[in-house]
Amino acid sequence: MTDAYIVGVDMIKFGRFPDKTVPQIGAQAALMALDDCGLTIQDMQALYCGNLGQASGMVGQRMLQEIGQTGMPVVNVANACATGATAFREAWASVKAGLYDCVLAVGVEQMGKGLLGGAGAKVGIPKEGLLGSGTMPAVFAEAGMEHARKYGTTFEQFAKVSVKNHHHSTLNPKAMYQIETPLDEVMGAEMISYPNTKLMCSVNVDGSAAAVICSEKKAKELGLMSRAIKVRASVLASDPWQERDLVMPDVNSCTRKAAAEAYEMAGVGPDDINLIELHDCFATAEILHYENLGICKDGEAGRLIDEGEVALGGRIPVNVSGGLLSKGHPLGATGIANIYEVSTHLRGEAGSRQVEGAKMGLTHVIGLGSACAIHVLEKAS
Amino acid sequence: MSDKPLAAVPYLKIPEGADPYLEGHKCGNCGATFLGERDVCSKCGARDQMSAVTLPNTGKLYSYSIVYRSFPGIEVPYISAIVDLDDGTAIKGNLINIEPDPENIAFDMPVEVVYDDALGRKDADGNAYLSYFFQPTASA
Repeated sequence: MTDAYIVGVDMIKFGRFPDKTVPQIGAQAALMALDDCGLTIQDMQALYCGNLGQASGMVGQRMLQEIGQTGMPVVNVANACATGATAFREAWASVKAGLYDCVLAVGVEQMGKGLLGGAGAKVGIPKEGLLGSGTMPAVFAEAGMEHARKYGTTFEQFAKVSVKNHHHSTLNPKAMYQIETPLDEVMGAEMISYPNTKLMCSVNVDGSAAAVICSEKKAKELGLMSRAIKVRASVLASDPWQERDLVMPDVNSCTRKAAAEAYEMAGVGPDDINLIELHDCFATAEILHYENLGICKDGEAGRLIDEGEVALGGRIPVNVSGGLLSKGHPLGATGIANIYEVSTHLRGEAGSRQVEGAKMGLTHVIGLGSACAIHVLEKAS
Repeated sequence: MSDKPLAAVPYLKIPEGADPYLEGHKCGNCGATFLGERDVCSKCGARDQMSAVTLPNTGKLYSYSIVYRSFPGIEVPYISAIVDLDDGTAIKGNLINIEPDPENIAFDMPVEVVYDDALGRKDADGNAYLSYFFQPTASA
């Protein structure tokens, strides 16, 4: 099978765009990714379009109605917060399979403000606040408290994740916010669902990101190898059975399964990875994934954040983009935005937040329900 | 409209003339227990091995969150709790009759299942509902 390369990739600055349609927001990133590699929509053989909020709304086709109706096949993808990464993976798979040699993947989302999850009942009575909470801040708080019961992880350690990622975002002009949030401010912010305060919850924003993927032969023909990013591994996992599945959506076992498969596919280990963009939908979640992705041993995640190993300049910087916590989390776009961030570092184009000498990076997203997508990316040699 | 309260969830059973209880479904092949009826085990894939079991009314607190922000009309703060019942079945609900403060809440603290009105919530037809809650086990 051919190797597949990202030749063009970009994202819009995340924000709130109530006056635009979802296809219009997606079209912006699509055009930017095409411009990044100097190709046109006519060069694309297929489109894989990820969006959650209008999953039945043919967003991909409507986007092409904005930027070029070539008649190419369009696959619309929905997979919770793994939507964008799943669209990217389908695009990658089509190139790997030899079906196409130049395709476009787009992730886009337009979001309201406020709590996600825990929706009202269609029959009977609403269960929110009666049988616990199904809101996302509470669900991820419960997952964090499971780590606390095992390893004594503290509220302060969870909060430090948010301090770090907000700091990183001050260096990223495409992040929703560029604001420092000191520890006392994070811990003193409105408590949403203990131990997650408001500043420990990801930001609901509108956004889009896109990538152009080519076969090795095509990338070379087009003369696009100098800035190309090799996809060393692309893995998608669902949640293997766990004893508390029915009451505690599982973000750990599917991440561990996907990570093991991704490292095997890439032929590398966690020590070979120079930076990670992982799914910090809540500060509690990031702590779990240090261990799930194998960058430290089980029980060491608290030490990692305490000692700054996961900060820019540390041993293995995590979420230097600002993460979902401050860059923002437009659900369907997040997976490709993470791929944009890692690619930008591998190209040495990340400016003041550049992870020096980055050669290989990993992206991770989790959609509750559950879906985990991991990509291992490397600068083309 | 029913003259008796309805069950808030299908796995809460309200037998005539007896105490309400929680019902699980246990796989005869691998032993996994589920809330709610099913025909196939999602752990081992066995078919037609499921049988109804009465779940115990005691367990231990596994994990929790104290919820301060919820949807309009829902009283906060409250404790959203994951409880491991004594037979190993995991179940989620509100932990009540304890101050919602992390200082007061200990992992593995013994809890019991209690049954009460569903916080006054009624459906569109005006039916009242019976629900279940967890509370710290009264010391002997």
